[in-house]
Amino acid sequence: MALVLTEEQSMLRDSARGLISDKAPVSHLRHLRDSKDPAGFSKEFWHSFAEMGFAGLLVPEEFGGSGLGYVEAGVVMEEIGRTLMPSPFLATSVVAASALNRGGNAAQKSEYLPKIASGSLLATLAIDEGTKHRPLQTSLQAVRAGNGFKLSGAKALVVDGHVADVLIVAARTAGSAGEREGLTLFLVNPKAKGVAIERTIMVDAHNAARIELTNVEVNADSVLGEIDQGAALLDGVLDIGRGAVAAEMVGLSEEVFNRTVEYLKNRKQFGKLIGEFQALQHRAAELYVDIEITRAATMKALQALDADVAKATSAVAVAKARAGTTATRAVQEGVQMHGGMGMTDQFDIGFFMKRARVCEELFGDANYHTEQLARARGY
Amino acid sequence: MTDSKTSDSETAELETFRAETRAWLEANCPPEMRKPAASDADVFWGGRNAKFSSEPQRIWFERMRDKGWTVPDWPREYGGGGLSAAEHKVLRAEMGKIGARPPLSSFGIWMLGPALLKYGNDAQKKEHLPKIAAGEIRWCQGYSEPNAGSDLASLQTRAESDGDDFVITGSKIWTSYANYADWIFCLVRTDPAAKKHDGISFILFDMTSKGVTTKPILLISGYSPFCETFFDGVRVPKSHVVGTVNRGWDVAKYLLQHERAMISGMGERGVGRPLGQIAANSVGTDAQGRLDDSMLRGKIATFDVDEAALAACAERAVDLAKAGQAHPAFSSAMKYYGTELNKRRYEILMSAGGVDALEWESERSKQGARPRAWLRTKANSIEGGTTEVMLGIVAKRILDLPGA
Repeated sequence: MALVLTEEQSMLRDSARGLISDKAPVSHLRHLRDSKDPAGFSKEFWHSFAEMGFAGLLVPEEFGGSGLGYVEAGVVMEEIGRTLMPSPFLATSVVAASALNRGGNAAQKSEYLPKIASGSLLATLAIDEGTKHRPLQTSLQAVRAGNGFKLSGAKALVVDGHVADVLIVAARTAGSAGEREGLTLFLVNPKAKGVAIERTIMVDAHNAARIELTNVEVNADSVLGEIDQGAALLDGVLDIGRGAVAAEMVGLSEEVFNRTVEYLKNRKQFGKLIGEFQALQHRAAELYVDIEITRAATMKALQALDADVAKATSAVAVAKARAGTTATRAVQEGVQMHGGMGMTDQFDIGFFMKRARVCEELFGDANYHTEQLARARGY
Repeated sequence: MTDSKTSDSETAELETFRAETRAWLEANCPPEMRKPAASDADVFWGGRNAKFSSEPQRIWFERMRDKGWTVPDWPREYGGGGLSAAEHKVLRAEMGKIGARPPLSSFGIWMLGPALLKYGNDAQKKEHLPKIAAGEIRWCQGYSEPNAGSDLASLQTRAESDGDDFVITGSKIWTSYANYADWIFCLVRTDPAAKKHDGISFILFDMTSKGVTTKPILLISGYSPFCETFFDGVRVPKSHVVGTVNRGWDVAKYLLQHERAMISGMGERGVGRPLGQIAANSVGTDAQGRLDDSMLRGKIATFDVDEAALAACAERAVDLAKAGQAHPAFSSAMKYYGTELNKRRYEILMSAGGVDALEWESERSKQGARPRAWLRTKANSIEGGTTEVMLGIVAKRILDLPGA
């Protein structure tokens, strides 16, 4: 498989870029933030997004979706990264749709997937509990009660948690924190008794929530995948999410870089364009190379996911680790090279820095994924 | 996404090619050739005076040569394999899977060949390309001069017109293996009055010509891979100029792209044992099997991430070129990153090796193989254009920054 977009993928990119840059430039995020929008994204725009087939991009055609792959999802994520558009695409269309499609039984798939594809249902994965992404440390308890389970515990960084119609909650049905055995995914109604959801206003003005479950009753049909054997399903779903966030970070990095290079070509000091200074030229050139390498690694990871999710872990770890360090460097250089302007809220660059920081934590930061690679390679 | 029928049949053909290639390699690549060369002496460079260091090396070279796979993507008429870009990628991948080393190392293959294919005339192609493919003639590169390093275009070696010949006088430096080379591709000044980029020609001549002498330069590694090369009235027919007289800079730049791509490949040379294992063997591991030096472990893991990412980028660069979407200066980007990465690799190897990696002369250390290789890598970010020159090229030609 060549590491370039096919003609169809390029067309998808162009149509996503056209729509997103037109309807949801960075000012869109700024407006949502400043108006303290209760949803945190534009429902109207999400519906037009769905009408164009993006909401159901990964949903199989038999359930009303487009049946496309992870490379295509990455193409859309990259465009989202360019304008920092807040949207349910990541949580619902990529992560939750993958969890349901890969782990769901026939009834669950036909109940949820068509609604995801039509844009009428929002869903999200609730995984993190501590300060850092540590999936195996999951300790939210699911205790058998009658025909079902009772769930108790807390989750953090639940993307779109306060607007989701379905929560996919990772819980421990056996074993103890740190063990692979004993993890189970549950579909939880956020309106069920015992569910407390606190919207957390985040540094990046994107949606997230803290969720607390206190003896929340779910029936046996709410189990997604196999009881106690949720780790494998979770690995795949998380890797898909990681690949998608890496793609978002590539788009974000490239956009902030393009804006910075443009600034170097226009800003004058000491009677010169600052882009003439070699100190800045070389830093810009290094950053360009970093972004190109990370783009290739990300494309490689997305192709690996399309080929076989279960075998993509190392490629995904490389991509997410690279995306983290590259985006961090891109936004830091972006602010630094814009000088005082980069520090103002009025200027957009800061939004990129804030979003990059959140993307870095989402589904594991560069340290986490570098560590995973070291373990996978046995040293 | 549904593929068209054409691409389905192309995919099927490619899979057939893959299966055949795998089977052929399995049958024809001697086991000894399925690991990296132990030292430079174990690399086959070809040439008039070439000797094989082992029987498996000879067998492997001859079998690959007979298939045209010393230069798999060159046209068959010039001794190449005539493979498409996609087939070439498959061959590289299959060789990589069994760790097969290249059968022939050659500046003719990596540098001159591509330039001749683009700029050479028919006679030059017919004369030189088959001998490169067959490893009969070993080439060296006459580019840098004592006063023309990073500022290569200021070179002063002059070629004066005399009837049907040019008479060449001057000196070159850092000429890799000039003392072993049969022929040289050389940049000379044919018009001293023109602006510096405009008076240069690209010319080929035999190193046994009267007036050519070479003197090896002892490097910090204790080896002498580079030479000073002197030309004292060397007479060369004008028909040996590649491309147009005084337009040699175009050829030189094109060739440099290939040289940089070659050097950048050093950074993603994922051959031999992984760094993590090498370090674990020498430093030891803790109770959980982790490298017993957490800072070194972190450096290695970060290196591994970057190496894997660079390999993807190198693969993508080839695919972009095939799709006609490559930026001609991208090889400078790869050269910068690949060489810096290779230097990191050897810093890690030295750190992992500790005291053992300090031995310079002993059987145990294979005559200081590691510290010498470590020192050798320091040239990677200098030769073929320094890191600073590469970054300048990226800034100017790709980013279009002002005044660069």
